[in-house]
Amino acid sequence: MSALRTGDYVIVRDDFPPGHVRTPVYVRGKRGRVVRKLGEFQNPELIAYRLEGPAKALFAVRFAQTDLWPDYRGPRGDTVDLDLYEHWLTPAGPEPEEQQA
Amino acid sequence: MSGGDHDHHHHDHDHCEDDHCDDPTHHHGHDHGHAHAPPQPDDRVSSYHQILGIALKELLIEKGVVTPEELRAAIEKRESASPADGAKIVARAWTDPDYRRRLLKDANAAVAEMGVPMTTTHLVAVENSPAVHNVIVCTLCSCYPRELLGLPPAWYKSRAYRARVVREPRAVLAEFGTKLPPDVEVRVHDSTADMRYLVIPRRPAGTEGMSADDLAALVSRDSMIGVATAKAP
Repeated sequence: MSALRTGDYVIVRDDFPPGHVRTPVYVRGKRGRVVRKLGEFQNPELIAYRLEGPAKALFAVRFAQTDLWPDYRGPRGDTVDLDLYEHWLTPAGPEPEEQQA
Repeated sequence: MSGGDHDHHHHDHDHCEDDHCDDPTHHHGHDHGHAHAPPQPDDRVSSYHQILGIALKELLIEKGVVTPEELRAAIEKRESASPADGAKIVARAWTDPDYRRRLLKDANAAVAEMGVPMTTTHLVAVENSPAVHNVIVCTLCSCYPRELLGLPPAWYKSRAYRARVVREPRAVLAEFGTKLPPDVEVRVHDSTADMRYLVIPRRPAGTEGMSADDLAALVSRDSMIGVATAKAP
């Protein structure tokens, strides 16, 4: 059971395991913020192969477009929300660059 | 296994709907003395996965797991949902503040209350405002709130939409005729897991006093995906 809470900053695991992975490549290694706890769900990386395992907490995580795409041409306020399982998320504080920006 | 109900595990190739057209063994076998038109595009040779789908279906029927009638009924039910179901929910949210609160808090319960139950996936309603414009996509496959909106349009499943709307959403929205000022946050929802998303568009100006039924006619499918706004009255 993940201790992450709404408002926490997280970094998505920068990893490329084989199999049925529901974490898109474009957010791996990126920093976002938990905006909603969605409950606990079976891990698609297991159930795709009819395997069983512990339920995983799922979170809606918001990313700034300018963090995902260095050449993003829209306003700085534009965002993308994705639903990510706890084992892909590492807690992270606000980074210094945020204050500098 | 509950996970088998989720769209993203069978990836929505729409094979069930087309397989008679694609079945190379399906002959009409008639001979009534006139030339037929040249083969139509859907007379093409089936792909590997289409043949696999047909074989699986035939085996399930042969082994008595499902009957052809059950399959037919399931396809008919799947295809009978339409954006009108979502539109009546949006119109109720526009006219009934308590319902709007329930929809934003627990969307599955709120849509079931309107006679449109979503039983296999979780629904989240996201509301447009003067500050935020929401748009939905599934970059990994084609997850879509089918119970509320019917089958997804071809463009929703296209690689171009899925790749571009998370990368340059304002350009994509502009191609749909939706131009948003820079002080409105464009918020893309990538349906990567067990949740499905429904956009509640903004209620158009000049609709004060309109009934929920009349308002529902202004709520288009595309406005509930978020690539358009609701129609003007």
